[in-house]
Amino acid sequence: MSPTASRPTARNLGSALVALVVAAACTVTATLADPRPARAAPPDSIVLGMVLEPPHLDPTAGAAGAIDEVVYANVFEGLTRIAHDGTVLPGLAQRWDVSDDGLVYTFHLRRDVLFHDGTAFTADDAVFSLQRAIDTDSVNAQKGLFAAIDSAVALDGYTLIVALSHPQALLPFNLGWGDAVMVAPESADTNRTAPVGTGPFRFVRWVQGDRVELDAFPDYWGEAPALKAATVRFIPDPAAAVAGLMAGDVDAFPNMPAPESLPALEADPRFTVSVGTTEGETILAMNHRRPPLDDIRVRRAIAHAIDRRALIDGAMFGYGTPIGSHFAPHHPAAVDLTSLSAHDPERAKALLAEAGIAPGSLTLTLHLPPPSYARRGGEIIAAQLAEVGITAKVIPVEWAQWLDQVFRGHDYDLSIVSHTEPLDIDIYERGDDYYFGYENPDFEAVMADLRVTTDTAARAALYGRAQRLLAEDAVNGFLFQLPKTGVWDARLRGLWTNSPIQANDLTGVSWTE
Amino acid sequence: MAWFLARRAMALAITLLAASLVVFCVLEVLPGDPALLILGTGAREDTLAALRASMGLDRPAWERYLDWVGGLMTGHLANSLTYDVPVLALLAPRLAVSGPLALMALTLAVALAVPLGVLAAARRGRATDTAVMGLSQLGVAVPNFWLGLLLVLVFAVGLRWLPAGGFPGWEAGAGPALAALALPTVALALPQAAILARVTRSAVLEVLGEDYMRTARAKGLSHAEALWRHGLRNALIPVVTIMGLQFSFLLAGTIIIETVFTLPGVGRLIVQAIGQRDLVVVRDLVVLLAATVGVVNFLVDLSYAVLDPRLRQGGAGGRDA
Repeated sequence: MSPTASRPTARNLGSALVALVVAAACTVTATLADPRPARAAPPDSIVLGMVLEPPHLDPTAGAAGAIDEVVYANVFEGLTRIAHDGTVLPGLAQRWDVSDDGLVYTFHLRRDVLFHDGTAFTADDAVFSLQRAIDTDSVNAQKGLFAAIDSAVALDGYTLIVALSHPQALLPFNLGWGDAVMVAPESADTNRTAPVGTGPFRFVRWVQGDRVELDAFPDYWGEAPALKAATVRFIPDPAAAVAGLMAGDVDAFPNMPAPESLPALEADPRFTVSVGTTEGETILAMNHRRPPLDDIRVRRAIAHAIDRRALIDGAMFGYGTPIGSHFAPHHPAAVDLTSLSAHDPERAKALLAEAGIAPGSLTLTLHLPPPSYARRGGEIIAAQLAEVGITAKVIPVEWAQWLDQVFRGHDYDLSIVSHTEPLDIDIYERGDDYYFGYENPDFEAVMADLRVTTDTAARAALYGRAQRLLAEDAVNGFLFQLPKTGVWDARLRGLWTNSPIQANDLTGVSWTE
Repeated sequence: MAWFLARRAMALAITLLAASLVVFCVLEVLPGDPALLILGTGAREDTLAALRASMGLDRPAWERYLDWVGGLMTGHLANSLTYDVPVLALLAPRLAVSGPLALMALTLAVALAVPLGVLAAARRGRATDTAVMGLSQLGVAVPNFWLGLLLVLVFAVGLRWLPAGGFPGWEAGAGPALAALALPTVALALPQAAILARVTRSAVLEVLGEDYMRTARAKGLSHAEALWRHGLRNALIPVVTIMGLQFSFLLAGTIIIETVFTLPGVGRLIVQAIGQRDLVVVRDLVVLLAATVGVVNFLVDLSYAVLDPRLRQGGAGGRDA
């Protein structure tokens, strides 16, 4: 869920102000502006805007999505890479072979790769990187990705053998995550402030609180990117983000923080507004430990009380795709199960009556973290629950509190959050340890099957079964897939429309004129 | 005078000690685990424990408090939990933004407010007075973040004379850096100037009625000369008092203005650090801000002595004798 992904922004100015700025900006621009389009940077460079500043720049030592949004594919590369459409491509490993039992992966590494400090990338670096991630004192935020790895050894300078304790069909995908990028032993400890990778862009400097500067790495092994330099600026305030674009200080906001500003920007020919997909399933989490939420009839009642369309229109200004289970709707294995929890207040009331709950007698807490999808969505959900006789007590919390009280302390009834990790349906097998506390042996069996199944069609069938189980059990309220809404200069090409992982891959970005 | 200084220094030290205790305790009871914030929801318990241990968070609270206060006294500050760099290294470039911003705003506010306030007082009841008071009423009423947005709309989005936000750094040259600070300075200064102008006006009005002003006029000074040589200096004490008080508001104002203009200053650093539960940065910054306010109040007290010879003589003669 990455508190990280769409984490806190100092949103004290409010969305009304954003709307005001957009409206006023358009007026002022129309009357005062120089007709010449401004550009934030020379034609072979780019200024990107991001809401959150990364805490540091080492993707192997932190969960913050903002780290990957700066360095993934730009500064750091992994053995594999995840492309804009979510497919797994070779990265620093040119190809790989899998043993028949699925327990041994042999990675054949590229021979022409240099780190930005001039040292060569070899199998020893790959062993070091993987070993560092699985060590007992590892601080890798996604250590679970590497859980199946038993050992990693270098057969020769450019051959890496990875032995698994059990088959893991997703290994090449997992190794494409930012948490699995390749680092060198000499620079691993300083990557937090001065990252040294193998990517097409190298780190120049970081003015903390303001920006990170990158420039093209002349000795890059692959095709040289069209851009010679890139600056990533951190602009937490939505109104300031709009002003930055309008004033030409920023060329692109790949994840625009204020959906309410999109219609006005869409009408402006200087900008391209792009609406794509993310891996963020937004859910109304329910605490199964707390009666009456342990009663499936009550959970189903809550699910039927929710009007997803009204929610998406109200909280997301129409952007977002309804979901019926915990699965990205654009994934080939997705099944549309929204009809299982269609908006039906009468049915919700009947289910509550069946569970012995008198109208108006049930009060639940609703903890809302800072992102606008949660804060705005929470108000709308509370109103929809009121229609079926459930009182939701809205409690706004910051991320730190949410993690402490809701996620770890399990001290909540309902909460709204977006789970942004790709293919994270397996969080439902974590049982009582996990914050919603769902336990179903059938579901766990499906997940166990998935781990050892490599055939695509068979995997899709298993994913379908898993989605259906979650929808039938009404584990959580499944709301919508978080959209990726980007705004950039209309002359820019090659920025990602969709976000299969959190990244701003600049390798294919160029200006048309 | 020495006794006065010693007493003030002692009061400052006690204030800082109290501030350090309060901030430490508040951060202890505040929900939120820095390790969990850094590693997120995918992290496993053993990973979290490893990170907490590397941050020293597994040690008892009193031990960490003593370590911290000891470090403050000897100048050994710990590393930021999120950025993993020494707090001073993090702070220095931030101060290079917030410091000049606050000083420029204060200077601009005084440069606008004092002449306007004196002018309004001298022309009491006339059109100039009404205009100055009307404008200052507006200035007091307009919140600085709104003024900031308005300035951005006109000068950055519309006219494109100045950047809408961000800071190129002083190494980019004084020109671009000052251009980046221009709108924030104005947004911060105008509401302050409005308050100061009103205070100056009423202080001068009060002075105008004093006996020594009549004497000054009687010995042949013109109205303006009397005001300049005798009036203004006597009117300055309340003005300086308000300036000292306003300095704390200026610090709070920079937090908001730095957000509006996305300036990498101390204000945004503290907001960010609280959100990320960067306990190390928050506690050091709070003590620093408390120290700054304490020192400014101390300077205000000293300036009374400079402005008013009676205080100077009384203080020095009475106590040192």
